[in-house]
Amino acid sequence: MNWLDWMAWTTPSAMFFIGIGCILLAMTCWEVLSPSLERKGFLPISTTRGDRLFISLLSAAFIHLGVIGFTGISIWIAFSVAIVWLFIVMKWG
Amino acid sequence: MSKTKNNKAWFLVLPVFALVAFSAIIPLMTVVNYSLQDIFDASTRYFVGIEWYQMILNDSRLQDSLLRQFIFSGCVLLIEIPLGILVALMMPKAGKWSVVCLLVLSLPLLVPLNVVGTIWQIFGRADIGLFGWALNSLGIDYNYAANPMDAWFTVLLMDVWHWTSLIALLSFSGLRAIPDAYYQAASIDRASNWAIFRFIQLPKLKSVLLIGVLLRFMDSFMIYTEPFVLTGGGPGNSTTFLSQSLTKMAIGQFDIGPAGAFSIIYFLIILLVSWLFYTAMTHNDNK
Repeated sequence: MNWLDWMAWTTPSAMFFIGIGCILLAMTCWEVLSPSLERKGFLPISTTRGDRLFISLLSAAFIHLGVIGFTGISIWIAFSVAIVWLFIVMKWG
Repeated sequence: MSKTKNNKAWFLVLPVFALVAFSAIIPLMTVVNYSLQDIFDASTRYFVGIEWYQMILNDSRLQDSLLRQFIFSGCVLLIEIPLGILVALMMPKAGKWSVVCLLVLSLPLLVPLNVVGTIWQIFGRADIGLFGWALNSLGIDYNYAANPMDAWFTVLLMDVWHWTSLIALLSFSGLRAIPDAYYQAASIDRASNWAIFRFIQLPKLKSVLLIGVLLRFMDSFMIYTEPFVLTGGGPGNSTTFLSQSLTKMAIGQFDIGPAGAFSIIYFLIILLVSWLFYTAMTHNDNK
């Protein structure tokens, strides 16, 4: 796959960024069709939908770093925890 | 319940987004790609997955650098923010002396980073530098090249000398923007100077201080040139900060893969701390 050579792409990193791009695109469409209201959930601050996505993605990065650096368990467990956390924050955050 | 916002105006920032994508997002994506591979040259690279991340997160030298970096940035903020506000409060509000103060405060900001390092390298020397000579003449055994505490003191003093002006200038502009009516009301209430500062000036300075804190945190967390010129990271590794370790890894040893993983972790820490600062300083505004 020649296009993956550009910018030293690898299949997993390309899939990662396509995933992030799809999430951002879906969120943009959702926001245009139905603008979000700022609300207060279990997080200590009032957040919009975009804020909650940012918080979820940033915490997902640190969940992965924590698992990679300080435990020997599989990265897929970190990925599963991050997905569950993303849903929790988006729904009740 | 807040009112619904219309987000269509965000489409107007698309040109800026394209520019930022070209100059920041695409290079960052490339760094992510590097961080997953062992790279020998442009055509010889092997996918290693999370191996470099495991190595970087468990490297005790880098953990020490990270701790030093947090201590340094903490000290910088704790010294420069109150000192900058104090300088701004003490400056003349108008007239020629105000202009003189503004000019003098601007001078350190105009000096290039490597020149700042060189100035302090000479200034701190006991044989030819005024500062080092003066301290030694007073009987203080000061040698920033041999004593880690002296090196830390000098690096911090250099940063305070260089950047407190920025906070002072930002605070001064914030103070000048406060309408006189507030001071008149305070004077009618016979408010003390402390009450004026606490309930009028400090709240009104909040937005400029937010910019100041964020700028100083990000800048001090990425500091490279000044300590590199002044101490070269020594004595030992006592003033080796994260960016020096990263540069050594990426350019000195040409370990592009580990340096990529290091850069991503570094970036995530800066992003997290900046977001925490921003949220902590602005979340009351929305109430």
